[in-house]
Amino acid sequence: MAFVQQSSPHAHKARPTSRVMLWVLIAALPGLLAQTLFFGWGNLINVVFCIAVAIASEAALLKLRKKPVAFFIKDNTAAVTGLLLGLSLPQFAPWWVSAVAVISAIVVAKQLYGGLGSNPFNPAMVGYALVLVSFPVAMTTNWAGPAMLWDGAPGFGETLATIASGQQTAVDGWTMATPLDEYKHKITTHTAAEVLNHPTFGEGVAKGWEWVNAAFLAGGLLLIGLRIISWHIPAGFLGGLIVMSLAFGSNPDLYTPLSLHLLAGGTMLGAFFIATDPVSAATSHQGKLIYGAGIGILIYLIRTWGNYPDAVAFSVLLMNFAVPFIDHYTPPRTYGHHKPRRGVPGSQG
Amino acid sequence: MTQLWDFSGGIHPPEHKELSTARPIRNAGLPGYLILPLQQHIGDPAEAVVEVGERVLKGQQIADVKTGMGVPVHAPTSGVIESIADYPVPHPSGMADRCITLKPDGEDQWCQRNPVKDYRSLERDQVLQIIRDAGISGMGGAGFPTNIKLRPPRDRKVSTLILNGAECEPYITADDMTMREKADEVVAGLKIMAWILRPERCVIGIEDNKPEAIAALRKATEGTQTEIAVVPTKYPSGGEKQLIQILTGMEVPSGGIPADIGVMCQNIGTAVAVAQAVFEGTPLISRVVTITGEAVREPGNFEALIGTPIEHLLKQAGVNQDAVSRLVLGGPMMGYTLTTEAVPVIKTTNCVIAATAAELPTPPPEQPCIRCGQCAEVCPMELLPQQLFWHAKATEFEKAEHLNLFDCIECGACSYVCPSSIPLVQYYRFAKGEIRAQQAEQLKSDRARERFEARQARLEREQQEKELRRKERAKAAAEAAAKKQAEAEKAAVEGEAVDERAAKSALVEQALARKKAKAEASQPPAASAPPAPSAPPAEQKPDIEALEKQLSQAQSKLDTMQGMLDDAKAQQADNVEKLERAVAKNHDRVQRAEDALSEAREKLAAGSTESQPTH
Repeated sequence: MAFVQQSSPHAHKARPTSRVMLWVLIAALPGLLAQTLFFGWGNLINVVFCIAVAIASEAALLKLRKKPVAFFIKDNTAAVTGLLLGLSLPQFAPWWVSAVAVISAIVVAKQLYGGLGSNPFNPAMVGYALVLVSFPVAMTTNWAGPAMLWDGAPGFGETLATIASGQQTAVDGWTMATPLDEYKHKITTHTAAEVLNHPTFGEGVAKGWEWVNAAFLAGGLLLIGLRIISWHIPAGFLGGLIVMSLAFGSNPDLYTPLSLHLLAGGTMLGAFFIATDPVSAATSHQGKLIYGAGIGILIYLIRTWGNYPDAVAFSVLLMNFAVPFIDHYTPPRTYGHHKPRRGVPGSQG
Repeated sequence: MTQLWDFSGGIHPPEHKELSTARPIRNAGLPGYLILPLQQHIGDPAEAVVEVGERVLKGQQIADVKTGMGVPVHAPTSGVIESIADYPVPHPSGMADRCITLKPDGEDQWCQRNPVKDYRSLERDQVLQIIRDAGISGMGGAGFPTNIKLRPPRDRKVSTLILNGAECEPYITADDMTMREKADEVVAGLKIMAWILRPERCVIGIEDNKPEAIAALRKATEGTQTEIAVVPTKYPSGGEKQLIQILTGMEVPSGGIPADIGVMCQNIGTAVAVAQAVFEGTPLISRVVTITGEAVREPGNFEALIGTPIEHLLKQAGVNQDAVSRLVLGGPMMGYTLTTEAVPVIKTTNCVIAATAAELPTPPPEQPCIRCGQCAEVCPMELLPQQLFWHAKATEFEKAEHLNLFDCIECGACSYVCPSSIPLVQYYRFAKGEIRAQQAEQLKSDRARERFEARQARLEREQQEKELRRKERAKAAAEAAAKKQAEAEKAAVEGEAVDERAAKSALVEQALARKKAKAEASQPPAASAPPAPSAPPAEQKPDIEALEKQLSQAQSKLDTMQGMLDDAKAQQADNVEKLERAVAKNHDRVQRAEDALSEAREKLAAGSTESQPTH
């Protein structure tokens, strides 16, 4: 009889990439739910639209590249890219802004670099950064104000019509400056107490945003619990942001307070779902901490002294650049060796 | 309580050990024939010391390693040597190798055995010799000859002797059942090895999933210094380096051996074999083998003679031939698949898994690496498996080596957890093989280059020496010439007529001068000094000879030149003109030499007739 010939190991514990990505989709649901509850239907519509465009463009490119389409679509990675963009883009962003972001993410940042596993940059953030610099009006004026779904937010039909209309800016009454934007621009001429009077902050830290961030934090902890992501990148990310805030911006009359840094904007989504994209992140534990911390520090720098109110995309992309360098200098110490072999072959260490 | 350390990484695969621990160790009995490979361990193969057709007794040595590292092979039962030929042997490649086949005669008749009651009364070297003569090599892993391992270098004092009873691979229970049923022999073997090595500490490391074995060994070691260390179940705690880390907190240096840090690991089966060799005089002719998997009805452990075909053991365990999809020798993590069940049990065979297709399914197709880092999380050697994979795949072997590829123990934990089902270990094996091949190639070319350079250096040296000698000769000749010239000048000053052989023009002049002088001399002798009466003929003769020689030299040079010119003309070389000039010049030279010679001859003839009366 002919026996199966295979090299060891013969046993495998299957948690395939598709399952890993499915868990990421599931873990993001609490955050999406919170977004929908506090900011209306915009994010949900964006998520569905972005996922659809992501899968369609991935399939088209795979076909062009003569790769097995179904085999790669089933890994769910395109869906995750679509999801992350849907969660990140402004609620009333016109459909073509989302489409440009998703297509550039999948086509340019992912497939043109060789597809899954070969992209040096986080695809979703490439798409996001591209539309942010290309369509600044659409990307800054379409953030929904914290109108509760059950209390005055525009209905599903109205939201869908607004997005589908393709208008640069949505109805003025529905949108509002984000808390980070508001604080950053008002604090130069006002005191903290005056700034916080704005309805975008509500009674807590940042109305609605605090819950969205808390929900993403919960989803992120689930991923850590499932060992789908390690704690190193989020810890470095949040640690870097906290240290910078405490070191440079502890006076709320001059700088955005730490609570707002953590619970407004895309902080938790970025820390647990975006920065943790393994393909474009550093690999060793030490490297992940440095990579995460770098993102946290850059976010603080850009939010405080840069031109943008939020900075997850730019910070992640800048640290993506640094990944090969970080990887070269942060290998673990192998068993039986006195110290890690840093650098590249031929160098010292 | 023994202090324990943890090793990084590790996995918890399903154990499946319960399959084969339900039954006690069974005797596999005599198969129809035994196949005894001459090479059963790393080192050098043994050479047969018996002839085909010879009857051998049980325990009789039938092959030995005469030169090199290795241990002898013994007849596992009495019978007749049927052949010495190539048969399939247990090897990942499925290759055939030289084996002795033995047809048992069923009498199981022992040869003379020499049991030792009190090994302490012997020299340690004598006990090591007993272990060697019993053919004992490590019965897990690579099968390193035990007697050599038990004699570490003098500067490597073994302070901790570890008996490895971790048996962390799923399915395998050979050591577990041995410890349960032969605890006393295990401990006796350990004591012999401890007596040889004199360590400060003896530890038996066992995973906590073997409570019966732990209890049996606790009982057998009661009242002794031997520690029973119960280690948490985690693959690969039974890896030598990992178990040493768990039990001592120390790490074996990269590229080194445990003895470098004063530690030695021995296998459970090896301890039993040592005890049997010493106390019973029994060589290593059988071992415990686990036959398991869902394709056998009665999985369990068998005491099998070395050389028993796997086929025989599978039948004993009630194999369902049709259900077997994969036959694994060893465990599911590090074992290799067999192409045929005809291969025999050898000294290192611990387990055979007859797996169904559902049990060990073919892995799904490889997907791209997403750098998730699961592999690095589970790597017990703290390597970066994904980087090693990238570099192996890109054949960037230098980078793979830089990331310590050769520290990989191929435990398979990375492949086990890989969500993209990448056969990582296979990539590492490929890279290691390529690097080894390159190194061998490099060594070869280095040697060739060294040889070439040595030759070049020798030739150059010889050339220089030749040059030096030539210069010395030229110098000596110049000095001699100068001396002669000085003498000649001196002689000339003294008014002595001296014929020189130096230049033919001079000779010709001299000859002319002499002619003139003699013409004058034929006149009534003048006051000028006549040549010494006997000197002229004596000196004129060599003149002729010298001129003749010069002529022939000039002639041959001209011939050479002419030849070169002809060649150059034939090849239309650009030095034709130059050569033509050289030939013309040489032609003149020959002409002049001929003239000089004929003139000298005439002169000589004239001189001799003229000078005749003077004699």
